[in-house]
Amino acid sequence: MGNRRLIPTEIVAGAVGELVERASFAMPPGVEEIYEAMRGRERFEMARHTLGVIVENASIARKERLPLCQDCGATIVFCDIGQDVSLEGESLRDALDRGVLEAYERLYLRKSIVADPLTRANTGTNTPCFIHTDIVSGDRVGITVYLKGGGSENMSCLRMFRPTVSIDEIMDYITERVVEAGPNPCPPLFLGVGIGGTADLAMLNAKRAVLRGVGSVHPDPFYAGLESRILERLNKTGVGPLGFGGVSTAAAVYIEAAPTHIATLPVALNLNCHSLRYAKRVL
Amino acid sequence: MNWIALRAPLDEGSAVMLRAGDSVLFSGTLYVARDKAHERITSMIEEGANLPFDPRGQVIYFMGPSPAPPGKPIGSAGPTSSYRMDPFAEAMCRAGVRGFIGKGRRSPEAREAMRAHGAVYFASFGGAGAYLSKRIRSSMVIAFDDLGPEAMLKLEVADFPAIVINDIHGGDLYEDALRERG
Repeated sequence: MGNRRLIPTEIVAGAVGELVERASFAMPPGVEEIYEAMRGRERFEMARHTLGVIVENASIARKERLPLCQDCGATIVFCDIGQDVSLEGESLRDALDRGVLEAYERLYLRKSIVADPLTRANTGTNTPCFIHTDIVSGDRVGITVYLKGGGSENMSCLRMFRPTVSIDEIMDYITERVVEAGPNPCPPLFLGVGIGGTADLAMLNAKRAVLRGVGSVHPDPFYAGLESRILERLNKTGVGPLGFGGVSTAAAVYIEAAPTHIATLPVALNLNCHSLRYAKRVL
Repeated sequence: MNWIALRAPLDEGSAVMLRAGDSVLFSGTLYVARDKAHERITSMIEEGANLPFDPRGQVIYFMGPSPAPPGKPIGSAGPTSSYRMDPFAEAMCRAGVRGFIGKGRRSPEAREAMRAHGAVYFASFGGAGAYLSKRIRSSMVIAFDDLGPEAMLKLEVADFPAIVINDIHGGDLYEDALRERG
């Protein structure tokens, strides 16, 4: 056994609560600036006004400690756990749920999770949270809390394309789905696109994609170019802020591509609303 | 923006006057109900039971707030997606409801029910729950307390903003947005 770093899960519970707090009351740096820039490009008064309301909402949320949205989300937690780490104490599941439960109670956040999808009794705690763990190299634990509202989550979709499909056809599909979703997911959108992998991985990558970083450029120039082309196309649909019309339908497009089977080409979409809510920390 | 001041409950003349794309500021009383509350109210209407409110002329707000922090009348309070309430639109209109505030498109059946009964569909600013909470003066649970964030509420609002999406003359702002500004 080499040197193992011991991390009590108590610390993980505390960190996840702190991340819920950060994500609930403020968007990541750079988002408000995107809406200000969009406002300058809109000629339609209602679109300009709506973007102004979104920015004012963020300001009120921050100053008055009111959640950005009354739908305080499903709490999605990504844990990248270094393989040289030993977690000690209660189970990771219990620690994360405890951190979430305490934060939602303490911060007056809405509890939106039902215990069963069909019988639908509210757990009253916003738990369980939805955990995705990865084992990575090193002795650190990376935690990302991503809050996802139900209205935008309901617009998620997956299509299994033929491998010989053209990129234009994929772009048509993405555009059609964003227009069809229209006002429902509260645009301007942060659109996550998972391409490749298996059906389940494509959907997960669509989630991970929007957490890449506001203002970041895809490291692969091919995908960076594709993101710009999709963004430009979405902003020509007319959907606009909250679907009232305009040229600000999407704030950013983030693609996460993955190797896939010779017979498959999954494309998954994660439509995030204008209130992008995530926060990260490395232990 | 040219805002039209409206009283809630909504009178018939105002409902007739409004056109898709109009921006309005509601003052008065809004009733809050979402999925489960609609299911229960609709059952009560079908059974001829007494409702927890007099629906005639009222404006229903599709919403489920976050808990009120100390010293505030309500937490964040923005609209939820309206399409989930589409199956209940006809019964609510038949009972006399004259306006609905939510976000997102309605089904053709819901639009037709609203048009036939003279009810207007408005959207407010989705995802702007903190902003909209500032326009709410008071909030009181009036029914279905067991539903938690889905309980039925009575709100007193001042200058609560909304946009007319579907007027009673067939106008549809969401369709106009795609056609005219695309």
